Amino acid sequence: MIKKFVYSQKVAPYVFVLPFILIFLVFWFFPLVNSFVMSFQDRMLGQDPKWIGGANYSKLLTDKVFLTSIKNSIVYMLGTLVLLIPFPMLFAVMINSKLMMGREFFKSSFFLPALTSVAVAGTIFRLTFGEMEGSLMNSFLGLFGVEPIKFLKDGNWSMAALLILACWRWTGVNMLYYLSGLKSIDNEYYEAASIDGASAWQKFRTITMPLLKPTTVYVTTISVYAGLAMFTESLMMFNGNKSPQNIGLTIVGYLYRQGIEQNKLGYAAAVGIVLLVIAMVINLTQLKFSGMFKKEED
Amino acid sequence: MSRIVIICLFIILFVIIMIPFYAVALSSFKPGESLVRYGLNLSLDFEIMSFDNFIFLFTGEHDYFVWFWNSMILTIVQVVLTLFVSAFVAYGFAAYHFKGKNFLFICVLLIMMVPFEILLVPLYSLINDLGMVNSYSAIILPGIANAATIFFFRQYLRSIPKEIIQSGRVDGANEYAIYFRLIMPIMKPSFAAMAILNGMNSWNNLLWPFMVLGDQSKYTLPIGLKTLLTPYGNNYDLLIVGSFFSIIPIFILFIAFQKYFIDGMTAGAVKG
Repeated sequence: MIKKFVYSQKVAPYVFVLPFILIFLVFWFFPLVNSFVMSFQDRMLGQDPKWIGGANYSKLLTDKVFLTSIKNSIVYMLGTLVLLIPFPMLFAVMINSKLMMGREFFKSSFFLPALTSVAVAGTIFRLTFGEMEGSLMNSFLGLFGVEPIKFLKDGNWSMAALLILACWRWTGVNMLYYLSGLKSIDNEYYEAASIDGASAWQKFRTITMPLLKPTTVYVTTISVYAGLAMFTESLMMFNGNKSPQNIGLTIVGYLYRQGIEQNKLGYAAAVGIVLLVIAMVINLTQLKFSGMFKKEED
Repeated sequence: MSRIVIICLFIILFVIIMIPFYAVALSSFKPGESLVRYGLNLSLDFEIMSFDNFIFLFTGEHDYFVWFWNSMILTIVQVVLTLFVSAFVAYGFAAYHFKGKNFLFICVLLIMMVPFEILLVPLYSLINDLGMVNSYSAIILPGIANAATIFFFRQYLRSIPKEIIQSGRVDGANEYAIYFRLIMPIMKPSFAAMAILNGMNSWNNLLWPFMVLGDQSKYTLPIGLKTLLTPYGNNYDLLIVGSFFSIIPIFILFIAFQKYFIDGMTAGAVKG
């Protein structure tokens, strides 16, 4: 009887999606609601929560360190969008062209950095951007007569270092996304364009770029997510969650500092909710403008 | 002409990408104090270079191989369970029309857009209440129905002809037998692609395991490597060869599945 019920074609789909429903409820929905509730409380681990209304949020608005962390996260996110979308797209088009040799070799070697952990990559880059004269970056700049730079003590330089780390790790991955996008473009479009005498640039602009839009939307979505949620890169680069004048502090870094390091759970929860709102607003706007919602209906 | 330009550009990019690897490999032959003094550099200083770090890695007193083994077990279990569960769920979304499907799928998409990190605090207190602190299940369970992986498998499954499912039903197979016997074998390339991505994430994951695991004997490799860096001094001798060795297993996984990787990606998430 039960077997017949579970095996019926009407019930089967629910059995298939059941694990998702359970995990979603327990590990996402419940903590999310809890986070929202906590953000209106003054709460510490092991103590009774105290309701304080919107006090956490109004405090956040004037919290200079928090505003710095928002600025850092958003600059980082925009930086990754500017660097990690057009260039991987171009590289993918180049690697895909008939002119290219050693395609497989370059594909896999560009992917290698993504295989390294943040712990490893962060350490490598911290040492690369060391302030000593002999460190990799400074000795390279020294070739052009540039004085040694204290990369990780200056806001602009350390942001550049974080972005270079991001480029090193993710260019190859995004390139692969674009390569798979390119595979789904029908060659006939290009043949037709060639007959009409279109130049390589015209073909790229009028055929490749528009048809890669789904890929671009996807890559943008994950980049916005990853950019806003960045924390461990900064943690490794600065060897801890403290950086001079908070130049490397991100929103998640601040959440971690308040919630985990200082046990101010309510305040940290409010930081989390603000991050959630920022991420949703940016991504939903982005998806709306790219017309993605129409697609999901079918 | 333009062929030469493109190939030169790629060779330059290749060199830039490889420099950090080369520098790490080179530095693993140098004493830690040289890293403290000069940072990472490319100088081939044979006078100070030796196999001491490697000898220390394999014979010295440290927990490196405990971390290594922990990471290995955790990654394998996590990847197998995540792929199994996520593919199962994805089939439900791809093969059926049912009430609440759109709503549930929107939940999948939402998870993909909500930074996991905002849940750090409430999730930690939940894990605490459930008595799961210090256990690997606290790391594995929340990600077992991985939204991005479900999304990917669902896109992949949408390209599989519905006739296969129909013919299975005609032959009298039940819904689950159809999935396990007919559909799962077809999904192999996408499993390979997701094994690489999930394996990479699991092997390299730092933040959440770092919060969950207090017990040193349970540390994974990234956490262990991180603990070698302290405000009181950095154990570069072990860190640098340890970092070098930590890349190897995931590198082997990548090489082994690489053939399927691009194919799997092609059919997947980004077809739109």
